[in-house]
Amino acid sequence: MTILDVKNLKKYFPIHKGLLRKLVGHVKAVDDVSFSVARGETLALVGESGCGKTTASRCIMRALQPSSGEINITIDGKTTDLAPLQKAELKPFRRHMQMVFQDPFSSLNPRMMVGDLIAEPLLINGMDNESERRARVRELLDLVSLPTAYMNRFPHAFSGGQRQRIGIARALALNPSLIVADEPVSALDVSVQAQIINLLLDLQDRLGLSYLFVAHDLSVVKHVSDRVAVMYLGQLVEIAPTEALFVTPRHPYTEALLSAVPKPDPRARQERIILSREVADAANPPSGCAFHPRCSFATDQCKSERPHLQDLGQGHQVRCHHARTLALQGVGPSV
Amino acid sequence: MSTDQTSREEQFAVATQWQLTWWRFRKHKLAVLSGLIVIAFYIIVLFADFFAYADPHATDSRRSHIPPQTIHFFDDGAFKPYVHGLTQKRDLRTFKLSYQIDPDRKVYLDVFAEGYRYNLFGLIPSSTHLLGLKNAQPEDGIFLLGTDLVGRDLWSRIMVATRISLTIGLAGVTVSLFLGVLLGGLSAVYGGVVDMMIQRLIEILRSMPTIPLWMGLAAALPNTWTVIQVYLAITIIISFLGWTDLARVVRGKFLALRNEDFIAAAELAGASQFRIIFHHMLPSFLSHIIAATSLALPAMIISETSLSFLGLGLRPPAISWGILLQDAQNIETLALAPWLLAAAVPVIIIILAFNFLGDGLRDAADPYG
Repeated sequence: MTILDVKNLKKYFPIHKGLLRKLVGHVKAVDDVSFSVARGETLALVGESGCGKTTASRCIMRALQPSSGEINITIDGKTTDLAPLQKAELKPFRRHMQMVFQDPFSSLNPRMMVGDLIAEPLLINGMDNESERRARVRELLDLVSLPTAYMNRFPHAFSGGQRQRIGIARALALNPSLIVADEPVSALDVSVQAQIINLLLDLQDRLGLSYLFVAHDLSVVKHVSDRVAVMYLGQLVEIAPTEALFVTPRHPYTEALLSAVPKPDPRARQERIILSREVADAANPPSGCAFHPRCSFATDQCKSERPHLQDLGQGHQVRCHHARTLALQGVGPSV
Repeated sequence: MSTDQTSREEQFAVATQWQLTWWRFRKHKLAVLSGLIVIAFYIIVLFADFFAYADPHATDSRRSHIPPQTIHFFDDGAFKPYVHGLTQKRDLRTFKLSYQIDPDRKVYLDVFAEGYRYNLFGLIPSSTHLLGLKNAQPEDGIFLLGTDLVGRDLWSRIMVATRISLTIGLAGVTVSLFLGVLLGGLSAVYGGVVDMMIQRLIEILRSMPTIPLWMGLAAALPNTWTVIQVYLAITIIISFLGWTDLARVVRGKFLALRNEDFIAAAELAGASQFRIIFHHMLPSFLSHIIAATSLALPAMIISETSLSFLGLGLRPPAISWGILLQDAQNIETLALAPWLLAAAVPVIIIILAFNFLGDGLRDAADPYG
């Protein structure tokens, strides 16, 4: 059963120039992205910086107004499209979807005590009883394995990992069914990353959460996600179950990303695919396949003809003209 | 880990923003000292007449240009402060009055003495002053800083001038603050055309040379206006440019905060715009506003002083530092009565104090930065 179904999501940012702010073009940050997340599932959204994955996640959270498309969320068997809703109409849906932020330092208001921070969503959404709120905060702190005595402390007294736990507790306050985690561990030390990831996985098991996990670190993604969606220049280029994507990638860009994953065994050295040239300008994307200027397999067809997302079966979709013919290198299941 | 250290860490962990700010500010010794000086000056503002001992408006041709007087603290080895009496002599060739100390006449000082009548805070009638004389003859007087040409006591006049000079700064900053927060906030919240218009207005205002602008505006004040009306008008004139800095600070802070994740988190939790602005954004830059204000104040004080000095601001019978300094404008007075320059000393002290205080506050304002 799907909880989130995104259809043809687009977010274009207008570019204005000059004194009169004339419209000269658009940055197509998210260009026609569709995917769905099943209940209890983790979908990872990966790509390099600037590919639109954060914009997509913020559109889904409706922190941004999408240019077009549908964001269907299913709550208690009832499906609603969030995209056309006004701010006030969104409020009842907010409690069902919450966000965990990348930077644990800027995502907590330094002027509020931890107890108040976690209680804020409760207060806003109508839990007026002070002692009830404090009881819930205690429960939440316990859930993320922080001592309840920390309630009266301010965020400056905590480490990055602890702050992220506080952020997760705040996101869980309203009992959401969907958590959008925007690079929740990329600002943390590697040793702390593992703890937070295990916490997220543990919470998923206990509370039956669904995650949309935005990340750029594929070794983390491999560990947490059920399915992976790869974005390039605002578009999805490949979407597949995690195992399939890692072992048999079908898009040259995915192959390049996978080759960048560090290997724990130094002897198992593998050729790294270094992509030539910079990522293209989203305001002026290349003709044909957006990836063709950097692709070592590019043909004339790639330069002129736009590829469509084609279904290869078993939930594996890819946006490449040559998906069926290329023999791409994945990473072994052992890694 | 010792328990002392643990308790200190515990204290840090639960410290509010204001506590952290205060701890950081406390380390800036010069700023703390400046803060005390500023407080002392505003105590004088509140109790100006109490600190004065002679009616600042009372003229006396027989007391023209009396030089500053020395206070003797000990009489016969006991602490009994006194001043000597003065005898007046006119030099028959230059017609200049000169004063000689009469070593035999000792007039003892008294604290909380009776003096001229005034209204404390403009409401409570009183006649108690910090200093006075015991059993004084009508010709006796205290002249801590001497007198001016028409025999008004300079010390008392400086005390009373402090009231106008420092409150006009406060009033000016209040108006600036209001305009700055309002226009800066609008600029940031609405963006687009509103933002562009407000920013260009700020640039135009800031590119104007201040003195000619003020002179023009001040010259437009009708001279039939009362002291109070002129006071208010001058306040508005000097805050005319003062708001631009504050508007920029507020706009910058608003824009910076709008992109903070904790604002997004509050939005996603369903917080109203009102709650976001007043619960999350305003507390975050309140400390910056306070620091910017303390840096804007000395500029206001200087503005009033220079305008009044040039004769374009307040006019006698109002008393401000600028008006007192007007008396010291020509070289002749300076040669004959250099003590009239004493009115510049409080200006220098308060400006320096405000600047150091502002620096200290600015450094301490963001304990998380």
